[in-house]
Amino acid sequence: MSQVFHEIEKKIIRLLNDNPKLTPEKIGATTGLTPDQVRRGIEWLKLKNLANIEESKQVYLRLGENGLEANAKGLPERQLLNLLKEEPKKLNELKKELQSIFDPAIGIARKNNWVETDGENVSLKSAPSETSEEKIIKKIGTNKILIDEIEDKNTLESLKKRPNFIIEEIEKSQKISLIEKIEISEDVSIKKAIDVEAAVPQVFVAKTHPLKDTINEIREIFVTLGFSEILGTLTQPSFWNFDALFTPQDHPAREMQDTFYLDGIISKKIATPKQIQQVSKTHKNGWRYLWSIDEARKMVLRTHTTCVTIKYLADHKPDEARVFSLGRVFRNEKVSYKHLVEFNQIEGIVIGKNTTLRDLMGIQREFYKRMGLTKVKFWPTFFPYTEPSLQSMVYNERLDKWVELFGMGIFRPEVTKPLGITKPVLAWGGGIERIAMLKYGLDDVREFYNNNLKWLRSISKCQ
Amino acid sequence: MPVVELELPRLQKLVGKTNRKKIMETLPFLGLDIESEGNDIVRVEYSPNRPDYSTDFGIALGLQGLLGTKKGIQKLKIKKAGSFQIKVDSSVSKVRPFVTGIVARNGKIDDKVLRQIIVMQEDLHFGIGRHRKKSSIGIHDLDTISFPLSYTTTTRNHKFITLNSTKENSISEILKNSQVGQDYGHILGNSPKVPIILDSTGNTVSFPPIINSLMTTVTTKTKNLFVEVTGTDKIDVEDMLSVVAMILQSAGFELCTVNISGAKNSTPQFKDRKIILNENLANSMLGLNLSPAKIVSTLKKCRLEATAKNKNIVCTVPRYRFDIFGTMDLVEEVALGYGIENLTPNLSPPQTLGQKNHEFETLNSLSHTMVGLGYMEALNSSLTSKRILYDLTNRDSSNMMSVMDSKSQEHTILRDFILAGLINNLSSNIHEPYPQKMFETGTVFSKGNPVNEEIHLACVNAHNDANFSEIKSIMQSTLKTGFNIECNTKTSSHPTFAEGSTAEIIVNEKPYGIIGEIDSKVKEENFKIRVPVVGFEIKLSGLIFD
Repeated sequence: MSQVFHEIEKKIIRLLNDNPKLTPEKIGATTGLTPDQVRRGIEWLKLKNLANIEESKQVYLRLGENGLEANAKGLPERQLLNLLKEEPKKLNELKKELQSIFDPAIGIARKNNWVETDGENVSLKSAPSETSEEKIIKKIGTNKILIDEIEDKNTLESLKKRPNFIIEEIEKSQKISLIEKIEISEDVSIKKAIDVEAAVPQVFVAKTHPLKDTINEIREIFVTLGFSEILGTLTQPSFWNFDALFTPQDHPAREMQDTFYLDGIISKKIATPKQIQQVSKTHKNGWRYLWSIDEARKMVLRTHTTCVTIKYLADHKPDEARVFSLGRVFRNEKVSYKHLVEFNQIEGIVIGKNTTLRDLMGIQREFYKRMGLTKVKFWPTFFPYTEPSLQSMVYNERLDKWVELFGMGIFRPEVTKPLGITKPVLAWGGGIERIAMLKYGLDDVREFYNNNLKWLRSISKCQ
Repeated sequence: MPVVELELPRLQKLVGKTNRKKIMETLPFLGLDIESEGNDIVRVEYSPNRPDYSTDFGIALGLQGLLGTKKGIQKLKIKKAGSFQIKVDSSVSKVRPFVTGIVARNGKIDDKVLRQIIVMQEDLHFGIGRHRKKSSIGIHDLDTISFPLSYTTTTRNHKFITLNSTKENSISEILKNSQVGQDYGHILGNSPKVPIILDSTGNTVSFPPIINSLMTTVTTKTKNLFVEVTGTDKIDVEDMLSVVAMILQSAGFELCTVNISGAKNSTPQFKDRKIILNENLANSMLGLNLSPAKIVSTLKKCRLEATAKNKNIVCTVPRYRFDIFGTMDLVEEVALGYGIENLTPNLSPPQTLGQKNHEFETLNSLSHTMVGLGYMEALNSSLTSKRILYDLTNRDSSNMMSVMDSKSQEHTILRDFILAGLINNLSSNIHEPYPQKMFETGTVFSKGNPVNEEIHLACVNAHNDANFSEIKSIMQSTLKTGFNIECNTKTSSHPTFAEGSTAEIIVNEKPYGIIGEIDSKVKEENFKIRVPVVGFEIKLSGLIFD
């Protein structure tokens, strides 16, 4: 079966088969199609590589304001000659009659020796029949014509010098031809045949956010590794964000230039009296300073989700648990391609059997493996609330370098003991965006929060 | 994190018996992150708990241990000499109560050593010194000073020529006119008297914690040093001095005691500590099965001293390792000495059953419902700007919640309205094909006891024929499909929405949100959107969540 054409295309093809190089206007006029139908038809044929569009520039002429007046009343010089047909006239009289066109009219008439002046009197010498200027004005009339239709180019040039007589317009035009003749099959037996090769409009699919997808993928992995998810608030008293994690009150991380404090907001009830007393004592012994409850009451935007898990441990004191918390955290940083003030973090803990550093490393390696990250190594690092502390490094092929991902360690006894937690607690965590950047091949972390529809619409859903 | 610049040939010489490749491979296993690497220069980030890594001398000690060229403790050898003395006047107790010091003699200070010392001083000031508040160091040319010194107070009219200056200035002038004075003057508060170190002839040695005097300037010609540390706590100042002492000894100086007396001050002892580590603790924490002898050898590789007594290991910790609090810190040292690269990850089956959080799951289902209705999921920061949140949406900002001293103008206010962000997203997408349909779920904040956090769903739809009926039908379908909730709309008004096409969302006779067409002035003048926009925002806390 041969290709099926739309009715619009058929009309155009039939015309062009016999008449190549037609303008869209001509096609419209001949086929009776609307300009929009013609435009679409040509576009379709072009997309199918059946038609050829020749773009060309055309110069058109039309009459300007003065040209149109000359067309209606005659050229200034003709008007002057007409006034003198009967008898000679005085200059003043003629000026009054012709007004603004008097000067050019008398100038041209004198130059061509059509009139004679004697003092105040003007008289006709000889009147020409139709001049070449008049022929051009008549030819253009009220239409717009191609410049090629005028043969007398010299006269045209002189007419163009007269103000507002001739206006030139440059128009781009298209000439459509078929690349080769097309036979339209008129098989009446297939009435409902449609052009299955034609292009169709693009549909944009609604999607969940790529970062949300990564978040869910990560949650899924940790749930299958035996972890349960807990939630906590984004605003936290400094107590749970810092003090409970043995971060001294004069620690640089607690300064306003790193942490967002809520202006004028403090928490009245931060923890149980026993928890407060024990944490306070540990700070006094460990860091030797006067611990201030007012400092601990200041509300901050949490800087990590560890505040959620430590509070869970303090409140439930489980003998055995695997829990994680995932959500937004905040840092007072300058926003750049690698830093956001607000990003997602996952942080989890293991308490119970098999809680050695090697088990913690095993969980990390398994997680990365399931995320498709197979080259993993571990380096020592420092966190104020874990000891020993490690960081994991993952090799990225595209960047050709090792990327720092999750940190991990065993909670310091200075963190667990005051809160009544007697068993060792493995803790791990890190930012989600960095993993998502590797996954989507992004170099600018801000893209996740720009909500740029072009990007969101272009991301492959089933990677 | 602080950064230290290492010159590889110099470091290689300090470490001895090694090569560049080994050094580069080992640095990360000391906990040093390689920030950048040039031909001969490596810049590494070190953790603030290891101030001894603020110079290449300290890092060389660590590398020697891990590479096995030198192990065990680096003993401080301090000569007792009676000739160096600081007498403390009781008046300092109110401004900066503690001073300590040490003398370092017969060293060679070339440009590189001088540079290491200056960088170390700055890093110590910044980190453990807490911007000089807790403790600060002054390093002086010993031979310009006549002992005994007195650590006392003086008035703000006291005059001397400061380091890098040519003429005398009063304390008040120094605090007002010099950069260091402006940066650190606040530490002294408004006290009329300020701390000062004077030598026996009455010359000013130092005005802690601000600046040294010109007289004692250290240059590459200096052979003998006097180091003083002042601060608010005796242990803190001795902590800091112990790091400097260890580094200067490594740099080839001979250390000498400075006797300190008066007003609760005394001569620093730099005593090592003994901590007993049980073999079981180390093995059970790390998941290893190391013999006590092996543990001893790992600790020695970390430049500690250790001896095994049955199952216990007696560990000697030098004074400058005040980052070691107790046995768990020693467990980490065992791990480092054993080699993190030798620890193999172990995956044992979990003893617990994992469970997703219900609220999170519900929000995920809601997202899928919205996607089914043709809406693209958006994510905006909850920390946003007053401009977007209130000014452009024409809303009253009197209850806004701000954070203090944000470094980013675009992130200063906690959102109480998700829709503002979505309308702003439409505004930055005006060149993309319409219809544009977006939604977002997330936390909004309001003042409470102390803060209320609620979950909202917001949704926008922008195209040439967008109208109220369309968005109302989407909103009703969402609640019906998602949660089998029936809802109505009741005529209302809202500054962001157009008068006459705005309604409250009512469920069981209670209002839960707002729906309507966005006001044309808000939309066109403020957000530069040319097509009609409709949207809604609904509170899910209390409706779907507790």
